[in-house]
Amino acid sequence: MNAALQQMTEPAMPLLTVEHLTMRFGGLVAIDDASFVAQHREITGVIGPNGAGKTTLFNCITGFYKPTVGRLTLAAADRPPMLLEQMEGFKIGQQASVARTFQNVRLFTGMSVLENLMVAQHNKLMRASGYTFLGLLGLPSFNRAERVARDLAVHWLDRIGLTHLADEPAGSLPYGDQRRLEIARAMCTEPVLLCLDEPAAGLNPRESAELNTLLRSIRDELGIGILLIEHDMSVVMGTCDHIVVLDYGRKIADGSPSEIRSDPAVIRAYLGEEEE
Amino acid sequence: MADTTMEKRLPGEAVASKAPSPLLVAVKETIFTAVLVFLLGVLMVGFQTQAIQGQYLSFVTRFDDVLWAVAIVPIGRFLLALDRQGQSWPALIVGGLAFLYFFGAGSTGVMELDVYKTLPLPFEEAMVNVIFGLGALLVFGTAIKSLRTAGQGRRTLPAREAAEARRANFARRLSVVLGPVLVAAAVVLPWTPWGDRQLVDSLVLVLTYVMLGWGLNIVVGLAGLLDLGYVAFYAVGAYTYAKLSTELGLTFWESLPIAGIFSAAFGVALGFPVLRLRGDYLAIVTLGFGEMIRIVLINWQAFTGGPNGIGSIGKITFFGFPFERKAAEGVTTFHELFGLQFSGSHRVYFLYYVILVLALITNFATIRLRKLPIGRAWEALREDETACRALGINPTNTKLTAFAIGAMFAGFAGSFFATRQGFVSPESFTFIESAVILSIVVLGGMGSQVGVALAAILLIGLPEALRELALYRMLAFGASMVLIMLWRPKGLLSYREPTILLHARNKKPMVSGTVK
Repeated sequence: MNAALQQMTEPAMPLLTVEHLTMRFGGLVAIDDASFVAQHREITGVIGPNGAGKTTLFNCITGFYKPTVGRLTLAAADRPPMLLEQMEGFKIGQQASVARTFQNVRLFTGMSVLENLMVAQHNKLMRASGYTFLGLLGLPSFNRAERVARDLAVHWLDRIGLTHLADEPAGSLPYGDQRRLEIARAMCTEPVLLCLDEPAAGLNPRESAELNTLLRSIRDELGIGILLIEHDMSVVMGTCDHIVVLDYGRKIADGSPSEIRSDPAVIRAYLGEEEE
Repeated sequence: MADTTMEKRLPGEAVASKAPSPLLVAVKETIFTAVLVFLLGVLMVGFQTQAIQGQYLSFVTRFDDVLWAVAIVPIGRFLLALDRQGQSWPALIVGGLAFLYFFGAGSTGVMELDVYKTLPLPFEEAMVNVIFGLGALLVFGTAIKSLRTAGQGRRTLPAREAAEARRANFARRLSVVLGPVLVAAAVVLPWTPWGDRQLVDSLVLVLTYVMLGWGLNIVVGLAGLLDLGYVAFYAVGAYTYAKLSTELGLTFWESLPIAGIFSAAFGVALGFPVLRLRGDYLAIVTLGFGEMIRIVLINWQAFTGGPNGIGSIGKITFFGFPFERKAAEGVTTFHELFGLQFSGSHRVYFLYYVILVLALITNFATIRLRKLPIGRAWEALREDETACRALGINPTNTKLTAFAIGAMFAGFAGSFFATRQGFVSPESFTFIESAVILSIVVLGGMGSQVGVALAAILLIGLPEALRELALYRMLAFGASMVLIMLWRPKGLLSYREPTILLHARNKKPMVSGTVK
């Protein structure tokens, strides 16, 4: 084990390594022996027809499900690799710095836009508030940390163009804004891997184009890896460096966008087999 | 007129096809109501059990009362049915006249304040008049409301949202004003001519519930954990002080922190196994735990004194100076310390200020906690636990802290209760107490501090003021709950102020309708 970990710390180690991942629900095999890697500073697309197991894959990576079989290794630059399948759900966000968004937006709708982004920085602020005890006294060190957290939140609000709505309840925002806010909230956790579950669903073409720009800028400026589930091919082809295709829980293809576009297995999965 | 209103009110329905006549609909509803009133009334009102010579159980019939109800209630229903279909005037006129008749000072004297001592009518009949009077008021009020909004049709979604935002903004501004006013009034009240001993004594009880409401508000209002067994922690606090006082001879001030810590520990111990449950399941399990504590208190004779409870608990002292006429050798009493004439009221007034301070501490701690990361995590957990997990928030620990802090304040209130009464027994910690505290939180508007205080004044103070209502207290309690839930479904003063603001709050609220 130790030797294996030693090996993994090599810089060549990809950001996320998925090995032989299998997830069964009773008799249903949602993911069947899928293996792939997501590299540092790359956007890795996960596509496939409905029911292919994409969201299940995300739930395994982010600790909502415990995989039946398989290993998930996260190797961030500044820390030893972590085995995600062995970690309790919330610790993947807390210690492994994996953030995610949800297929159906999950904001804290009654709380303000800014508060949503402050909640995302919970663990950092909890430490700064001395696990509440020092914060109750209103020590300057906590106030400083709170200001820094607020500045980070405002930074992301500026980037998604919602600064003027910072004090409004998140639930009152239009759908497209809510999608962007959810991404900003995930980014406020300062993740090393960002998992986005259909971020372009329900967006109009102009909003999808803005999303492309945002995702590329996150990758280029912050150098984090992004794992992206998406049906909107303009987003997938416009942003992804690498694409993994799932069908009925199996990986059927893996490669660059141009390779995937011409892959016969992918075309078969999406368009069906030609009758001969 | 009726048809045009119908058209506006039900935009989706095909009005072109002939609608049933308003009269027919109303008559149908009226007959249905009459049958319902009869079925309910014949069992609940029609028969009254009576003990004969204290040995046998018999019953008397009150069918005339049932007939009155069957005659009167459907009239109200008929008027309401007409009103709903656009014919508001009959409801307005008949409702108003009926209200005057039933509530009129001339007919029953119910309007007079000391009515219960000089009733011209037997108490029960007066109550019947009050109930019918309230029914008439309901009809009258509904008619006024529909006349005011007549012709506007059903409000559109943005309009309703705007109204909602205006209402929330009003609640916010009212709270900002009302909070300090209430506190100031509470502080000066004992010095005013109205602050006699009896009123202050009642207010001590009210303030205890205000404090309990604020404590439970952390658990239910902020963290969204439906706790039906809150009284358990109140009991733990009370018994902790009772034991510490009678066994170890500790004073109230020494025991207070211990009782708080002990209750918080109980909160953690009870919370740990149950907090992975959500919603209804959590409510049922906390209900069970609340009852378990009470039953343990009844049955653990050797430790808790069983149903007899624990008596002669140490009375509160003015930081060591007792409120007594004659103290033991070498002990200065409160009135000697200040050179006052001895009065039994001193203790009551002091208790009042103690509970006021304790309640305000609860309030300020809550306000402060809300703005700390832990408070935001509570609220986030209430909104969406799944999203919280994805953000790396430990749900179990976060819920446990809410549970523990809520329990701690209940423990403080419990030991105050013990020192005030001088006696604790399991009877004081029944489920109904939990229900009352929860009602205070829900009626006040979940999460609203001022709202909780108002609800406590309403729910505890009103029955205290109307003690003579005796049997009918629960009826009035239920009626006020129903009315508030009808008119203020989100509680008396429900609004939510963000814990952090980026832009200074402008005077006009930004309504979501104006967002691009």
